[in-house]
Amino acid sequence: VQAPAPTTSHRLRLDAALRLLQQAGITLPQRGEAGLDDAAWLQLVVDGLCDLSSRDALTGLGNRRAFEIALAREVDRVARAGEPALVLMVDIDHFKRVNDTWGHAVGDDVIRSVGRALADCIRPMDTIARFGGEEFALILPNCPPAFGQSVAERIRLKVENRPVTLPAGDLVKVTVSIGGAFAPQWVRSSAALWVERADRELFRAKASGRNRACLEQPPISDVSAEEKGMLFGTSTLQDLES
Amino acid sequence: MSGADATNPKPARRATVMAVTSGKGGVGKTFVSANLAVALARRGERVLVLDADLGLANLDVVLNLFPKITLHDVFTGKHTLDEAIVAVPGGFSALLAGSGMVEYSRMTPELRERLTQVIDEVAPRFDRILLDTGAGISDVVLYTVSLADEVVIVATPEPTSLTDAYATIKVLAAQQNRRSLRVVINQVLRAGEGRVIRGQLQAVVDRFVTPLDPESPVKLELLGEIPSDPAVREAIKRRQLVSTVSPGAPSAQAFGMLAGKLCG
Repeated sequence: VQAPAPTTSHRLRLDAALRLLQQAGITLPQRGEAGLDDAAWLQLVVDGLCDLSSRDALTGLGNRRAFEIALAREVDRVARAGEPALVLMVDIDHFKRVNDTWGHAVGDDVIRSVGRALADCIRPMDTIARFGGEEFALILPNCPPAFGQSVAERIRLKVENRPVTLPAGDLVKVTVSIGGAFAPQWVRSSAALWVERADRELFRAKASGRNRACLEQPPISDVSAEEKGMLFGTSTLQDLES
Repeated sequence: MSGADATNPKPARRATVMAVTSGKGGVGKTFVSANLAVALARRGERVLVLDADLGLANLDVVLNLFPKITLHDVFTGKHTLDEAIVAVPGGFSALLAGSGMVEYSRMTPELRERLTQVIDEVAPRFDRILLDTGAGISDVVLYTVSLADEVVIVATPEPTSLTDAYATIKVLAAQQNRRSLRVVINQVLRAGEGRVIRGQLQAVVDRFVTPLDPESPVKLELLGEIPSDPAVREAIKRRQLVSTVSPGAPSAQAFGMLAGKLCG
């Protein structure tokens, strides 16, 4: 895309963009400030808008769009480098009950609080995003499979140990369910499939009582006695002989 | 594309890449790859067999071809791909791994890069590429299979072979989201045994392998059965392919039927 020549930039209608940035608390230097030509100023507006469109308005975390970009990059990296990487889907338990009991403003507080708790658990290289509603998503690059469960457990405990205090002094106990899946190393896969696998584990965590973390077990190549029994079921092969 | 959900759509006029794998070693992966290549070539397909069993290559032994320039030289940059592709009697082409590939028995980013490059480079020039993988389900084998559009699993009626074939199916379904796999049952003693074994495998898969999407379960298709055939032993002894030297033999006929099924 060809950037507009600086001389024509004054003809751009930027009111709406500037209002959005202001509302989001992103402050820009005055246009025409010393040492800042028109193009540089315009770049700051664009940067601000990019930042805004990748962030979730309620929690300030990355939004789903930012998550998807980060995930696509990670899928590519894992396939190339063969490093292990973990995706965790985190969902607040019984969130509807919070909303119904305390109202939507408290619901928002709970979402913000969980978002902060999650953000406190991660390393700088990790990605955290609000995936939608009361669901968050995390990408943990270079996370060895052996550590996956304890990482997820630490996150779960962090949320459990941090109840939300209401203005009236009441404490709202909040827990999360977590589902996780590792990217298959070396293998070409897709971002959608990765999330789907983590989501399936999240469903399992919910179904087995909530406030727990379930991680997809590495594909099991063991064949159980039961499977073997069925595999070598004698009946059909004997049928062939008769 | 029916295989692992690849990130890129298949460009026009690109070979169908088929991985031939088995779980257990010694069940006839290379034998199936080479004879299938002959049968496909006879139907007018341009076929390349790539020896992807880098650690323990034996396509050269089966074909009785020991070219000076191999895939190893391509990987190390000493020779070009064109120099390494050999024409095999029987009308197909082969890329042989060559010796000195032991260093590639473990997966590394370099190996990944090179394998992908080689396949991308030859794909526009052939109708079908058969990746003759190594045995087992090591990361190299799984990665090689992930490069393929379609997967053929070779097994014999032996219990150990069936167990390993089943384990491979399980891992491919879980890890690569493969929904459709083909099986070739080699060395069958009675006609119809392949069909029974496929049914047996399918029943265990239906019972124990949970697909991500319950609407699309894992389906096994019997590509064909290859009868146990004295002509095969004779050909192997003379280091020839049964499909080339005894086209009328039952096993060679069976490969013809396999090829017919693939060409539709």
